[in-house]
Amino acid sequence: MSWLQRLRFLMRITRTHGIVRRYFVVNGFDGALTMLGLIIGFLVSAPASLIVIINACLGAGIALGMSGISSAYISEAAERKRELDKLEGAMITDLQETAHGNAARWMPWLIALVNGSAPFVISLLIISPLWLAHAGVPLPLSPIYLAIIVALFLIFLLGVFLGRIAGISWLRSGIQTLLVATITALLIYLIAGQ
Amino acid sequence: MVLVKRIVLDVLKPHQPNALEFSEAIARTGKDYQVRLTVVEIDEKTETVQLEVEGSAIDFEEIQSAITSMAGSLHSIDEVVVHSEADAD
Repeated sequence: MSWLQRLRFLMRITRTHGIVRRYFVVNGFDGALTMLGLIIGFLVSAPASLIVIINACLGAGIALGMSGISSAYISEAAERKRELDKLEGAMITDLQETAHGNAARWMPWLIALVNGSAPFVISLLIISPLWLAHAGVPLPLSPIYLAIIVALFLIFLLGVFLGRIAGISWLRSGIQTLLVATITALLIYLIAGQ
Repeated sequence: MVLVKRIVLDVLKPHQPNALEFSEAIARTGKDYQVRLTVVEIDEKTETVQLEVEGSAIDFEEIQSAITSMAGSLHSIDEVVVHSEADAD
């Protein structure tokens, strides 16, 4: 069995697919909204240099990633250990060297990686127009407005992804998440823009 | 040479991997194994299954190892069919 088949097998026996998907969407959404908030904050503030905005956003993205990894690992490792202990009690045997033991050791790492990388990668995508502008690449719009458009697009895509999972209209689900982002942007604009 | 042709095992296993995945993993341990798994009893976290394996030369150690690796526990060997065959040389 290849390592990929083995990984899929461990995910299947521990029902990890759904958890990974949930963490990806929840923390990805967190990352996208945080970046959107930061960028709109900069937009309504006194003009700042691109490198300041990039560093602030990058710092927040790294912090979100680390927070995602550590919090998911700690909680999932505890949950998996509890599940394994209960199963060992039912089987009246040590299961450390079995597929369930391997899953209890490795699945928290996988979930932590997804939970941490989702907001980090989404943050990098959102600030990519700022980087491009800083590197001197000509852009059709102001990099800040482009970053906001990328953020809104990614938030819409997360909604589409959720809609497809739930088997409901992807457009409706995408618009719902986009609406949340728009309300967030409006609130920041109204409160911080004063 | 003595070859094991059929073996019936009583196994306690967790609900996951399910019966299909469990049987497939057992079948993968040999070239021509035919596996029949019957669920005998279901509890909250475990199930007792009867595992019948048929093949031209069953490797019991491999089957036992596959069962253990999937967190199963072999309770008993309930039935065996073995053939004695003259060596080729």
